[in-house]
Amino acid sequence: MYKHPRIGVLFSRMRVEEKWIFEAFEKHAVACERLDDRSVCFDLENPGPWRQFDAVLERSISYTNGLYALQILNAFGVPTVNSAAVAAACGDKLATSTLLGRAGVPQPRNMVAFTPEAALQAIETLGYPVVLKPLVGSWGRLLAKINDREAAEAVLEHKAILGSVQHSVFYIQEYIHKPGRDIRAIVIGGRVLTAIYRKSEHWITNTARGAEGEPCPLTPEIESLCLQAAQAVGGGVLAVDLVEHPERGLLVNEVNHTMEFHTAQPVSRIDIADEIVHYVLQVAEARMVVA
Amino acid sequence: MATVPCPECSANITLESKTIVGEILVCPDCGVELEVKSLDPVTLDLAPMTQEDWGE
Repeated sequence: MYKHPRIGVLFSRMRVEEKWIFEAFEKHAVACERLDDRSVCFDLENPGPWRQFDAVLERSISYTNGLYALQILNAFGVPTVNSAAVAAACGDKLATSTLLGRAGVPQPRNMVAFTPEAALQAIETLGYPVVLKPLVGSWGRLLAKINDREAAEAVLEHKAILGSVQHSVFYIQEYIHKPGRDIRAIVIGGRVLTAIYRKSEHWITNTARGAEGEPCPLTPEIESLCLQAAQAVGGGVLAVDLVEHPERGLLVNEVNHTMEFHTAQPVSRIDIADEIVHYVLQVAEARMVVA
Repeated sequence: MATVPCPECSANITLESKTIVGEILVCPDCGVELEVKSLDPVTLDLAPMTQEDWGE
């Protein structure tokens, strides 16, 4: 007799993506347990209750909560989408850059320094303007475009004095004169499902900051680059963000491991939530076979 | 559909029939984000403030 997989979905907020995902599980007649990350607790000596899950889909809005939950679940032997290693690789921009660099994936030029003085030197090595980014964070928040030395000195001082210790790891990226848009591609299980342009007159082209989505043709170059990027961070369910450099062409800017797709799904007309559920079920069924 | 007062400004908020627990609503009057804590009876609470590590 067919045994239905037992699925958990760890989440924090019922965004439209989570609603679509839960609806997709219902459509497949798969009961999934809703695990609010504000309510769960882990007894590290007692993995039994968690081992009953054949797979857990992590959709926490908090990178920290999601990452630690994944580390615990993976240590318990519970398959997760994505794995803790992938979350660690994608949730920290410096970790992503180092992995993309090791894999030879083209990306913007980035420099890292640990003091304001060394950061200023790095900024002037790249040349103005540059972009200062926090290592952890999303939705285009706390990005600073630095146009000159005076602005650099001010922002570096503010980050060093007002920010947490992590803000004194200065992650500096060359500013790319992109054509008023970037590209978001959805990659699931080694397949590039779709891509959209995110257009904005602002230099930050994030839909959380008002950018609008438009269909983007999936070219062989986009597919190849996205698959390379996904492989570099460990694969799974990912959103790869690309920028178009005027001379160097497509570059991978970041990879997201708990991506939002409230724009990509309606614009592309692809049921991304359903594809995620398919992938989670595959992961769960693989575990059931092994068990 | 149920109508309940916004816990911040008391404006009337009408929930759609497909509303689910955990969903975030925005008060049309004061703009505050509200989380649906229960449906029977309907209770709303102020949604948690965005944290630095929130995102995708």
